[in-house]
Parts: sequence; structure tokens; C-alpha cells
Amino acid sequence: MLSLSVAACLLLALTAYVLLGGADFGGGVWDLLAGGPRRREQRALIADAIGPIWEANHVWLILVVVLLFTCFPGVFARLAVVLHIPLTLMLVGVVMRGSAFTFRTYDSQRDAVQRRWGTAFAIASVITPVLLGVCVGAVASGAVGRAPAGAGVWALYVAPWLTPFAFAVGLLTLALFAFLAATYLTLEARDEALRGDFRRRALAAAAAVFVTALAALLVARRDAPDIGAGLTGSGWALAGQLATGVSAVTAIWALWTRRYPLARAAAAAQAACILWGWAAAQYPFIIPPTHTIQGAAAPAVTLRLTLIGLAGGAVVLIPSLWYLFHVFKGPGTAFERLGDGHPPEEQP
Amino acid sequence: MPDLLAARSQMAMSLAFHIIFAVVGIGMPALMVLAERRWQRTRDPVALDLAKRWAKGTAILFAVGAVSGTVLSFELGLLWPGFMEYAGPIIGMPFSLEGFAFFTEAIFLGIYLYGWDRISERMHLTAGVLVALSGAVSGIFVVIANAWMNAPVGFDVVDGRPVNIDPLRAMLTPAAFSQTLHMTLAAYAATGLAVAGIHALLLLRDPLDRFHRIALGVALWVGAPAAVLQPISGDISAKFVAEYQPVKLAAMEGQFATERGAPLRIGGWPDEARGETRWALEVPYALSVLAFGSPSAEVKGLNAFPREDWPPVAVVHVAFQVMVALGTYMAAVSLWAAWLAWRKRELADERWLLRALVLAAPMGFIAIEAGWTVTEVGRQPWIIYGVMRTAEAVTPMPGLVVPFVTFTLLYVFLGVIVVWLLYRQILSTPGATERRRGRRGPWGLTPIGVEAVAEGRETPHRRLEDRQT
Repeated sequence: MLSLSVAACLLLALTAYVLLGGADFGGGVWDLLAGGPRRREQRALIADAIGPIWEANHVWLILVVVLLFTCFPGVFARLAVVLHIPLTLMLVGVVMRGSAFTFRTYDSQRDAVQRRWGTAFAIASVITPVLLGVCVGAVASGAVGRAPAGAGVWALYVAPWLTPFAFAVGLLTLALFAFLAATYLTLEARDEALRGDFRRRALAAAAAVFVTALAALLVARRDAPDIGAGLTGSGWALAGQLATGVSAVTAIWALWTRRYPLARAAAAAQAACILWGWAAAQYPFIIPPTHTIQGAAAPAVTLRLTLIGLAGGAVVLIPSLWYLFHVFKGPGTAFERLGDGHPPEEQP
Repeated sequence: MPDLLAARSQMAMSLAFHIIFAVVGIGMPALMVLAERRWQRTRDPVALDLAKRWAKGTAILFAVGAVSGTVLSFELGLLWPGFMEYAGPIIGMPFSLEGFAFFTEAIFLGIYLYGWDRISERMHLTAGVLVALSGAVSGIFVVIANAWMNAPVGFDVVDGRPVNIDPLRAMLTPAAFSQTLHMTLAAYAATGLAVAGIHALLLLRDPLDRFHRIALGVALWVGAPAAVLQPISGDISAKFVAEYQPVKLAAMEGQFATERGAPLRIGGWPDEARGETRWALEVPYALSVLAFGSPSAEVKGLNAFPREDWPPVAVVHVAFQVMVALGTYMAAVSLWAAWLAWRKRELADERWLLRALVLAAPMGFIAIEAGWTVTEVGRQPWIIYGVMRTAEAVTPMPGLVVPFVTFTLLYVFLGVIVVWLLYRQILSTPGATERRRGRRGPWGLTPIGVEAVAEGRETPHRRLEDRQT
């Protein structure tokens, strides 16, 4: 029970990372794909939306890592050994994304300089989610668990993640992050034209999510039979599939009919359902088919203290996060400033 | 390059890189909050300009610190899976708490940097204070985890596995107090004196610039007290090492033979093959007094320990000498500044003090690198002192030289960019305040892109307006 609670917290932290941090990566994707007459405005809107919150959103990933090595140390060690290569590449992406974004904000505003950092930021924003998804896919397929300890370099460190299924999940992750970002940005945009740009992008990304998810399911039959069975096997799994489908259809309908707040909620629900569907499909394993939640958990005293720590931390975190999003994303920050154009001048 | 050496080098390089930004993330928010407080009390526009510039510097350095810290949290597993599997349940607790402190820091830094015109002045200052506090707290938690590696407690070993784990006891490791105190003071001393040194340099060139005069004062308020207290905290740390890690103390001091009334060796080169430290200036009995409080106390030498348990002696000894020498200089300059201030002298007009401060500017960071070298190399060959050897913890993954080279190149690149940005975008751009109107930038240069970063236009929503027009 204790280990299940911690695993649930882990899943929640990962969900928060996908819904918040994922959207920041998705913003980078749209920076790369910015086009049309409002290209500059699109990029400026993305920078505005991400600026104040990306560092806080990024901490969810650190929380996931810390929970993993504290409460499921064997799982962390296994992932770090078998997925050394994609995790390392992902870290390079994390470093480049964060630093390039900051450098762009504070470097010279000349176009050439801005584009250079913008390109580094955008490319890192594309590569990192793919690698994150590849790691998830490799775990879900059971290849990380099955990789034999005494095997050669290729069999242990490359083969488990260099599979069509892992890359299909990687592309699904990228499409999902881009979809979240575009949907959120419809609410951040200040004018109708810009909002329309991101509405069209959100719809396109929704189609990409559908295609990549379908591709992943098809490849799963061959590469990851367990997860394929898990996703369709039980009544719970089917209910999860249904919930994902309903939220996906709702999101598309809401975007189509320009009900943006509903679209945002439905898109977030869809992403969460995909994540939870994956978790349910491989339950009770963290790394199928070797590490179960219960079997891989740290001693009870550690789990109990971690839960207490999480509860205490949440008391600080939740009001702080609420305030952050209230200040930058709350009422009066997007729509209501449409008319006035300029924020108040600073009076030194 | 053997894989173990590559893994150790990558970890050392990553830590050495990250610690600079981590330290700045603790020290700079204190500076920027003090400057903003001054603006709110005096309505002196120069103080506001200062707070904003320091905030920009903090933003750049914090971002690099955040991403390089993320790399480290993964590297713990990527390089040392054996260690994390063993120690994760025991010392995960401070890491979890650090996670929340870091969360708080990131949240309120976002509010601080982007909230100048969105929240009340009072809330803005509060956000800055929270950044400063949570930065210090998160540093303390991480150092506690490291302290445990030096003095592991809170578990029993049965058949090579940890049992009877007590994470709270582990957090209260006897190394925790001395290490966290030493590191927190180091963060304020290094950042404060580095900033003071930069503004001292600019004051030497432009003595009447109010911006630099105010900056110097604020930076010294943060750096000097910490630098003066640091030798005391260093003594507490050394006494801890003497009691709990005698072999590390012996390496720090170049003490090969066990002896009563051991001398303190200043400088010198420990020769492991000959078993003696040559060319050192020896202060009789001083080591016995400093370590154990008695001139006749026995100090264990390296020879009392099996050779395979020795750390690399010369590296540890030299790094320790460097740290102590630089720390002593910083404390001395700080005392000098304090004495002049007490005599009601205007520090910004004391040109010899300014020169001494310029010299001190990089010292805190060099001392921090040297100090971590003493802690980490001095703990070798153990990753958990007396419990697990570093060689047992390393990943079985071959070819580790590749990630080592990759991250080294990446960090060198980032380091160059950061220095360039800090220089060009913060130090050498004129503000809109009266102080520099019509004047050329410091160093006698007129920097490129000045007009674009002129006062006020750096905030992103305003930049959006610029772009739309």
C-alpha cells in the first residue's frame, strides 16, 4: 500500500511534468515551425508564455528522478544503466533548451543573434521529448527489463531502445507536447489572428497525436506484446481507452468550435489519460517484466518519510504554484490586456 | 582513458561547473534583494537599476545552474548506479526536500524576474526574499547528502546490504553541521566578494560612478561578514575531519608519520614514494593544537593506514593549501574593509582597498573548487566513506570517455557564452539613469547593441510590443 502510494505520487509528478514542462517543449516545437505572416508574433508569444514558468515546470522532472532513486532505487539504477545513451542525449537537450532560451531572452535583440539562440532552443525542444518518449517506450516494451546482464554492448545498451516501438512512442510524445502547447497558446494569444494560427496548429497536432498513437499501437503488437495486451486486456484498460478517446474528441470539437478553455482542459485530460493508461497497462510493474512496484520499493521507513516529506512540501508548493500561475496566466493576463497594448511604464 | 577515471572526471567536471552557478544562485538573490530594498526605502533610481541588473545576471546564471543541476541528478545514476541503488533509500530524504526548496526558488524567481510591473512592490520584494531563502536551504540539503557520504550513519550493513535504515538519523550525520555551515558561508563570501571586486575594478576606472559605489557597499555587506567568519567555520570542519576521517586529514596536511606534537605544514609537496612532505614551512605543534586542541595530541599519519585506502595525497594537500590561503586573504581584505568603514572612511575612495578587492574577486570561487577537491578527492577511494568503494559504484557501461568529452565541450561552450553575456549585456550597457548619460561604457568601449537593451526594454512583454510594431 505504501509503495503504491509513492508510485501514485511518482505518476502524478510525471503527469505534472508532461502537462506543464511538456507544453514548454511543445512551445519550442512551434518556435521551430513558426511560419506565415505572423511568424514573429508567434515566436514572441511563445517566449512570453514560457518565460516566467519554464524553470518551475522543469523541477517536476527533478522530483520524478529524486522520487525514483529514493523510493525505487533498483529501478533508477536499471534505467540509468540500460538507457544510459538516450538519457545522456536527452540531458544534452535539456541543457541546450534551457540555456538557449535564457540566452535568447538576455542576449542582444538583433535578429541574427535572436535567431541563432532561437534555433538552438527550438531544435533542443524537438529532440528532448522524442528521447524522453523513447525511454518510456523502451521501458513499456519490456526490453529494458529483459536486457540480459552479461550480454554485449549492443544487446544491453542499444537494442532495448533502438526499436520501432520506442521511437513511435518518442514521436507520440513529441506530437502530444506540441498539441498541449498549441492548445494552451490559443488562450495566451492576444489577437484573433494569432489565436487562429495556434488553433490550426492544435488541430494539426491532434491529428499527429492520433497517427503516432495508432502507429505505436500497431508496432506494439510486434515489439511490445505485453503492453499491447495490457492496453486492451482488462475492463479498466478499456475504460481508460474510452476516457482517452472521449477527451481527444472533446478537445478537437472544442478547438473546432473555438471553445478554448474547454479545449485546454480536454487536451490536458487526454495527455493524462494516455500516461495513466500506460501506467495501468504495465501495472504492477515499474519496469516490466522484472521490477514490480512492491518488489522494487525501498524499505517502508523511507517510503513513509518520503510521503510525509511530499505532504509537507505540497503545503509550500501548491500555494506557490497557484500564485505563479495566477500572476502570469490568471484572469486579466491574456484576454483583458488585449485592448490596452502596453503594460504600465516603469517609473524609476 | 579507463572507464572509472572517465566517470570520475565527468562527475568532477559536472560538479565543478555546477557549483559555481549553485553558489551564485545562493548569493546573488541576497544582493538583488538588498538593492531592491534600498530602492524602496530611498527611491534612489540607481538602486533600482542595480537591482534589475543583478536580477538579469541572476536569471542567466540560475538557468545554467538549474539545467546543470538536472544533469547531476541524472548523472548520479548514469555514472554511479551501484551507489544510488545502495544509498538512495538512506539519503533520498534530503534530495526530496531539496527538490521542494528548489521548486520554491524557481517559482519565486520567475515571479521576481517577470513580475516587476505585475505585482505590488511589497510582494515583489517578498518574492526576492523567498528566492534568497530557498536558494540557501536547497544548498544546505544537497550538502547534507554529501556530508553523509563522508560520515555515513543511519543504517547497518548485513551481508553487504544496508538494513535498519533510518533516513532521519542519516540526515543528522555528524558531518552535516560543519559542511553546511562552511558551504553556506562560502557561497555568500565568494559571490559577495566577486561582485565587490568587479565593481571595485569599475570604480578604479570611473571613481565617481554612483552605480558602482552603491553596488560595492551592498556586495561587501553580503561578502565580508561571511569571509570573516569562514576561517572559524573552517576550523570546525577540520576538527570534524580530524575525528572522523583521519586519513583525509593526514592527506590534507601531508602528514605521513603518526606523531605527537605534529607541525602544521604550509605549502610543500607530499611525495608519496618517499613518504614525506618536502619544502613545507613547518609551524611546530600547530597541527596537534588546531586539530585536537593540545600541543601533545597524537595526529595519525598516512602510514597508519593501508596504502589502498589512501586518497591521492598531493592533490588533496595542494588543494587544501590553496583553499586556506585564498580564504585567509579574503578574510583579511574583509577585515580591512570593515576597519575602514568603522573609521567612517568612504570605501569607494580607498584605491588600495579597491585594488585588493579586485584581486579577491575570483578567489572565492577558486577556493570553493579547491575545497570541494579536498572533500571529494580526500574521500577517495571511497564513495561512501568506509562502506563502498568508488570502483564498486561505477556503471558497467563502457566507453564513458564519450559522455565525459561531450559534457566537457558543452560546458566549456556554455561557460564562454555566460561570461560573454554577463559582460556585454549587463556590465557594459549604460542605464538610463543620469550617471552615465553621454559617457562611454566601462573599459572605454562603446558596446554593440546598446540601444536595444537600453533601460526598460529588456522585459519580455515589452519586447513583444517592440516586435509587433
